[in-house]
Amino acid sequence: MSEMCNDLLNTVDRICDEHCSKPVRESAEAGAWPAALWQALEEVGLTRAALPEAAGGSGLAFEDAMLALRRSAYHAAPVPLAETMLAGRLLAAAGMSVPQGALTVAPVRRGDVLRFVQGASGTTLSGSAHRVPWGNLCAHAVVAGELEGKGVLGLVSTARAVRGVEKNLAGEPRALLEFDAAPLLASAALHDAPARLEAEGALYRSEQMAGALERTLEYSLQYANERVQFGRPIAKFQAVQHMLALLAGQVAAASAAADAAAEASGLAPDAFAVAVAKSRAGEAAGKGAEIAHQVHGAMGYTREHNLHYNTRRLWSWRDEFGNETYWQSRLGRIVAAQGADALWPTLSRL
Amino acid sequence: MHAFRFDPVRMPASAQALRSEVRAFIAAEVANGAFTPSCNSWSSFDADFSRKCGARGYIGMRWPKQYGGHERSALERHVVTEEMLAGGAPVGAHWIADRQSGQQILRYGSERAKHTILPKIASGECYFSIGMSEPDSGSDLAAVRTRANKTEGGWNISGTKVWTSAAHRTNYLIALVRTAPKEDDRHAGMTQFIVDLSHSGVSVRPIYNLYGGHDFNEVVFDGFFAADDMVMGDVGTGWKLVTSELAFERSGPDRFLSTYQLLVESIRAIGADPDARSANEIGRFVAHLATLRRMSTSVAGMLERGAQPMVEAALVKDMGTAFEREIPETFRHLIATEPALGDGASYAELLGMTMLRAPGFTLRGGTREILRGVIARGLGLR
Ligand SMILES: Cc1cc2nc3c(=O)[nH]c(=O)nc-3n(C[C@H](O)[C@H](O)[C@H](O)COP(=O)(O)OP(=O)(O)OC[C@H]3O[C@@H](n4cnc5c(N)ncnc54)[C@H](O)[C@@H]3O)c2cc1C
Repeated sequence: MSEMCNDLLNTVDRICDEHCSKPVRESAEAGAWPAALWQALEEVGLTRAALPEAAGGSGLAFEDAMLALRRSAYHAAPVPLAETMLAGRLLAAAGMSVPQGALTVAPVRRGDVLRFVQGASGTTLSGSAHRVPWGNLCAHAVVAGELEGKGVLGLVSTARAVRGVEKNLAGEPRALLEFDAAPLLASAALHDAPARLEAEGALYRSEQMAGALERTLEYSLQYANERVQFGRPIAKFQAVQHMLALLAGQVAAASAAADAAAEASGLAPDAFAVAVAKSRAGEAAGKGAEIAHQVHGAMGYTREHNLHYNTRRLWSWRDEFGNETYWQSRLGRIVAAQGADALWPTLSRL
Repeated sequence: MHAFRFDPVRMPASAQALRSEVRAFIAAEVANGAFTPSCNSWSSFDADFSRKCGARGYIGMRWPKQYGGHERSALERHVVTEEMLAGGAPVGAHWIADRQSGQQILRYGSERAKHTILPKIASGECYFSIGMSEPDSGSDLAAVRTRANKTEGGWNISGTKVWTSAAHRTNYLIALVRTAPKEDDRHAGMTQFIVDLSHSGVSVRPIYNLYGGHDFNEVVFDGFFAADDMVMGDVGTGWKLVTSELAFERSGPDRFLSTYQLLVESIRAIGADPDARSANEIGRFVAHLATLRRMSTSVAGMLERGAQPMVEAALVKDMGTAFEREIPETFRHLIATEPALGDGASYAELLGMTMLRAPGFTLRGGTREILRGVIARGLGLR
C-alpha cells in the first residue's frame, strides 16, 4: 500500500466519522440523498480515484482506489461511490469524458437489454433496466449495449426515465429506468461493453464485501470481549473463539481474492480473477455474516446495534452483478474447457 | 484488533524462469517413468528423486552456500515447493529436512551439526523425522515426558515418541525432550536434540495406519547418548524452538495441495462440457484454490521479510486442510465411480487413496482445533 493510499484511507475514515453517522444512514434508507457525505468524498477526489490520470483521475494506482472503495464499505457509506467509479472507468476506457456528479450504470439485471439505435439526429436508447443502483439519485447513467454487433457505451440522462424505486436489503435504492428513444448525450465504441460492465461491477462488489466483512469481524471481536456471561467475557469460551477464527478466515479470504482481482484488472477487468473474487467474497459474505450474528446474540438482531448496516449490505451485494453460482459456473466452464492440465498454469499466472 | 493482512507480494524476476525450469524437470521425470504424479506426494519416500532434486539445487535453497545451500529467497523456494506439489512429485524423503529440520539446525544447531548435516540434506541424501508427539502428549505438546539426563560430554535420553512419520527410513529426528523437572512454568525445562537414528539406544517400531500402510512409528529411547553438540540452542529453550519449528511446519503450500492431483483428475473425469452442477463445483474449488495460493504466497513474502507469520500460517493451514478434505467429499457426488484401492493415477484410485488419508490432514502438524486456538490468540481473544 502506497503512502498516498494510506493518507486516502485515513481521509475516508475522517469523512465517514463526520458524515456517515447513524442518522445519516437512516435518512439515506428513507430515501434522502446524503449530500454532505457525497460532497466531502467528491472534494477529496475519491469519486474519481479509479480514473486514469489522463481522464481526470488523481494518479492513484487502481488497486489503491479499490482499497478506498473497500474502506467506504467498511463504513457502510450510503452513496453510489462504486457505481460512480465504475461508470467513470467505463467512460474513460471508451475515450469519453466523465461528467461531474454521481453516476450509475445500466443494465445490471441479467436479461435486461438496452437497444441502441443510430438515427439521423444521433443515437437513441430504448428499453427497460431493472434495479439500477441509485438510478433515481444519479443524474446520468452510463449504458452498455451493442450497435451493429459491436460493443457500445452511451451516456444518458436519467431525468425522465425513472419509473419506480425499489430497495435492496440494505435499503439502497434500486431503480427501474425506462427509455423510449431517449437521446444519448454521448456514445462511443467499447469492446464487449456489457460484459465489461458486468465484470467491473462484480469486482467492485467484491471489494465492498471485503470492506463490510472487515467491519463485521471488528464488531464481533469487540462484542465478544465486552459481553459477559457465566461470569466472563464470551470471548473466553472456546466455541466462540473458534467461530471468530472461522470468521477471520472468511474475511482474509475475501480480501485476498479481491486484492488479486484488483491487481489483475488495472487496465480492464480480468474475467478469471474477477470470477474468483466474486465467488469467494460472495461465499465469505454469507458465512461471515452468519457467524457475526451468532456471536452478537439478540443485540446484533436489533436496529440499534450497527452490525446490520454491514450484514444487510453483504446479503445484498453477494447477489448483485452475478451471485456465486453464476461466477463459479463461468469459472468451472472455463477450466473444464481448457482441460485439467491447463489449470495449474492458469492459476500460477495470477 | 483488526483483520489479518495478507499483503500482496512482488515475485522476484527470477521466479518465472525457475518455475518453468522446475515444471520442465517434473515433466521430463514423468515422461521417463521416474514417477507417476500422486496425491499427498510430500508423504512419499523416493531417495532417488530427492538426490535429483538436491543435484538441481532444489533443497536447502535459502541456506548459506557454506552449508551446501543456494542463498535463494523464500519466494523462490515457495515457487519450487508449489510446483513440486502441483506436479505430484515424490518429494517426501527430503520434505521434512528441507521444510523444518534444516532451518532449525541452521538457526540453532552447533557448528559441527551445521557442517556435517546441512550439506547432506541439501544434496538430497539425508532425511529427517519429527520427534514431538508422545503417548501422553499430542495437542498438549508441553506434556512430553521423554527425559534427558546430563552425563559426561552429553545427555542420556529415555522415553517414547509416537506417530513419528518415516522414522524407519530417515537418518535423524529432532526430539523435544524434558531436561529439567516440570515446574510452575510448564513451558520451561525442555530442550531439542538432534538424534542420529543409526546409533544404538534408539529403536523404531512400526505403527500400521488404518489402511495397513507403514508410515509412522513408535520410537523408543533407552539411554540413548546425545553428544553436547547435538543440543539445539540453549538447554531449556526447547519450547521457543519447537514453536519456531511449527511455524515452518505449518506455513507452506503442502497444507492445501495434498489432494491437488485428485482435483485435476476429477476435472478430467467430468470432461470439457460439464453440467450445471459440476461447473459450479469446479468453479468453487478453483476460486478457493486461487485464494489459498494468494494467501500462501503472501505468507512466503512475510518469511522473506524475516517475520514469523505464526497466526497467518495457522489460518492458511486450517482453511487449506479443510479444502483438501472437501475435494473427495464433493467430487464423489459428481462422478459415479466407487473409490478404489491402489496407488495408481486413475481417478478412482486417487479418490480411494485420498479418502483413506484425509483424516490425517486435519490432525498432522497441529489439529484444526489447536489451529483455531492459535488464530483466536492472534485475534486477542486468549
Ligand atoms: C498422518 C500423521 C502423521 C503424523 N506424523 C507425526 C510425526 O512425524 N511426528 C510427530 O511428532 N507427530 C506426528 N503426528 C502426530 C500429530 O502431531 C498429532 O496427532 C496431533 O498433534 C494431535 O495429537 P493427538 O493425536 O494425540 O490428538 P489429541 O491431542 O488427543 O486430540 C484429540 C482430539 O481432541 C482435540 N483437542 C485436544 N486438545 C484440545 C483443546 N485444548 N481444545 C479443543 N480440542 C482439543 C483435538 O483437536 C482432536 O480433535 C502425526 C499424526 C498423523 C495423523
